[in-house]
Amino acid sequence: MALVEIRDVFKSFKREAQTVDVYTGLTIDFEEGSYTALMGPSGSGKSTLLNLVAGLDKPTSGTVTVGGATVSSMSPSQLADWRARTIGFVFQSYNLLPVLTAQQNVELPLLLTNLSRKERADRTALALGVVGLSDRLDHYPRQLSGGQEQRVAIARAIVADPTLILLDEPTGQLDAKSSEEVLELLRRLNKEFRKTIMMVTHDAKAADHASTVLHLEKGVLLERAGVAT
Amino acid sequence: MKFLPLVIANLGRHKLRTILTITSVALALFLFASLRTVGTTLDAGSQASSAQRIITQNSTAFVIPLPMSYANRLASVPHVTEVTWANWFGGKYGDGKKFFAQFAVDPASYLKMYPEFLIPEEQKQAFLKERSAAIVGEGLIRAFGWKVGQNVTMQGTIFPGDWTFTIRGIYRPTLKEYGDDSFMFHYDYLYEKYPDRVTPGWYIMKIDDPNVAPQVAKTIDDQFRNSSAPTKTGTEKAFAAGFASMWGNVKLLMSTIGMAVVFAILLVSANAMMMNQRERTAEVAVMKTVGFSDRRIFGLVITEAATIALTGAILGLGAAILLPTVTGFGDGGFLPGFHVTTGTALVGGVVAVVLAIASGIFPAWQAARLPVVQALRRVE
Ligand SMILES: Nc1ncnc2c1ncn2[C@@H]1O[C@H](COP(=O)(O)OP(=O)(O)O)[C@@H](O)[C@H]1O
Ligand SMILES: [Mg+2]
Repeated sequence: MALVEIRDVFKSFKREAQTVDVYTGLTIDFEEGSYTALMGPSGSGKSTLLNLVAGLDKPTSGTVTVGGATVSSMSPSQLADWRARTIGFVFQSYNLLPVLTAQQNVELPLLLTNLSRKERADRTALALGVVGLSDRLDHYPRQLSGGQEQRVAIARAIVADPTLILLDEPTGQLDAKSSEEVLELLRRLNKEFRKTIMMVTHDAKAADHASTVLHLEKGVLLERAGVAT
Repeated sequence: MKFLPLVIANLGRHKLRTILTITSVALALFLFASLRTVGTTLDAGSQASSAQRIITQNSTAFVIPLPMSYANRLASVPHVTEVTWANWFGGKYGDGKKFFAQFAVDPASYLKMYPEFLIPEEQKQAFLKERSAAIVGEGLIRAFGWKVGQNVTMQGTIFPGDWTFTIRGIYRPTLKEYGDDSFMFHYDYLYEKYPDRVTPGWYIMKIDDPNVAPQVAKTIDDQFRNSSAPTKTGTEKAFAAGFASMWGNVKLLMSTIGMAVVFAILLVSANAMMMNQRERTAEVAVMKTVGFSDRRIFGLVITEAATIALTGAILGLGAAILLPTVTGFGDGGFLPGFHVTTGTALVGGVVAVVLAIASGIFPAWQAARLPVVQALRRVE
């Protein structure tokens, strides 16, 4: 059984009078431990797919299951709970709360657990260590570079030890060097820590890091491209 | 508790805005408590006066006294809780150009009947102990330059002779309206010189319910109708009713202004909370993707609003409670006895809680039901 199973998903948005059909019967699996890059033009439904998997949005019909749990039929409070344990989400920008330090930002998901203050501090330090920012604990987002901000966001995405990490154009606003650092980090998370990763990207170089590249065109899966390193 | 740093961090985001909002809440509660205290202070004053006291005089003429035996009979009339009596002395001091009232009173019961005369406890005790002692209003003290312990001699006009009194105490009225230029001494001092002539000039009774004053007055007057000294009983001051209703209007005005101020501040702080939330749409969306439930988000926003409202309330109410003491505002002058009552402090607390909830509930509700997907799209 695959970690993520998408079965016959229809998704449409109503905008004023017209209806936008993003997915009309999408079926696809994402295996545990896989690292998938999702590519495709703007408006093809990449973000929508991540939102459906994270339970941030519901399919119009069809089912989404993650690790055996049917995401598409959970209640909002069940979802919040489940998301805190299962999903780490990273966006292109505005990931961090500007009023919290790097450490506090990373600790955020742990506030929702029963961990003690000490355990939370330990795990926060560990996560920031993994992303190589142990020396930036007390920095606020505005005191960090774009690349560092994204690494803090990744630290927050992994701190609660989720099974699945979703990233929506994580390198979209970064220069080449910072992008490389972030991508290298993601590869390590996949290889060393066996994290399952789904990453939306426009950048072919970024997609090269993934083991699977998926092309979406108007909600249709056009191509499953070759496996990289 | 572990979410507290998050709330504090959010409060620190726009320090100036937070401080201004807290200040407006503080100011609102300060005004609210102070205006309400004007009302309760006036109330305390008028409660101590007229409405609860009735006076029995001789119905034939004010100058004709009443028998001493009436004291016990009046005390047994239903609703009467205290009885005291007084006499008009009519003395002349010095050249007699400055007129002031002198009363021979039954010391202990009279002072108990008029709590609006404030007398330091040791002066009161000294006055009660000594037969020739007198208690004098501070206005008279000022006018004549008298001092405590000084002997004052007057010529009696109704009760001839030289009368020497020792000033043992100075009273200060809780309200200016009560006057501060009376001279009071022991009834017995008068009585022992003229035992054949002296009986109480009038009786003053306290009743347990101002509303029954007319019935009690009628009961008393009926009781003495066919005696040798028929009586006429009425509330302490004829204008008592008018007096009370006038203050009633002032109180209504005060509390209306108070509530209007609180309502205005409610709008101010609700607006500030809403501005805060609008700016944080993206952050709330991020928190939800992290796993914060709608209810938790709601709680955090409400807590933030509550922190602002309650901090402001503590400062405002605290100032209202402490300021009269620190500045001595309540010690005399315009509103003697001005202090925030426990009731006002409690009402202020309730107002603060309502303010906290009312200013936070709308932004909290908005944040809680914020659709994450839309919010994220707006950001990108
Ligand atoms: N919340 C929404 N309301 C209306 N239309 C939406 C919404 N989300 C996505 N869409 C539409 O669905 C399509 C797919 O959007 P999206 O998944 O964001 O594309 P991508 O991330 O690939 O650029 C687009 O046409 C977009 O306009
Ligand atoms: Mg997108």
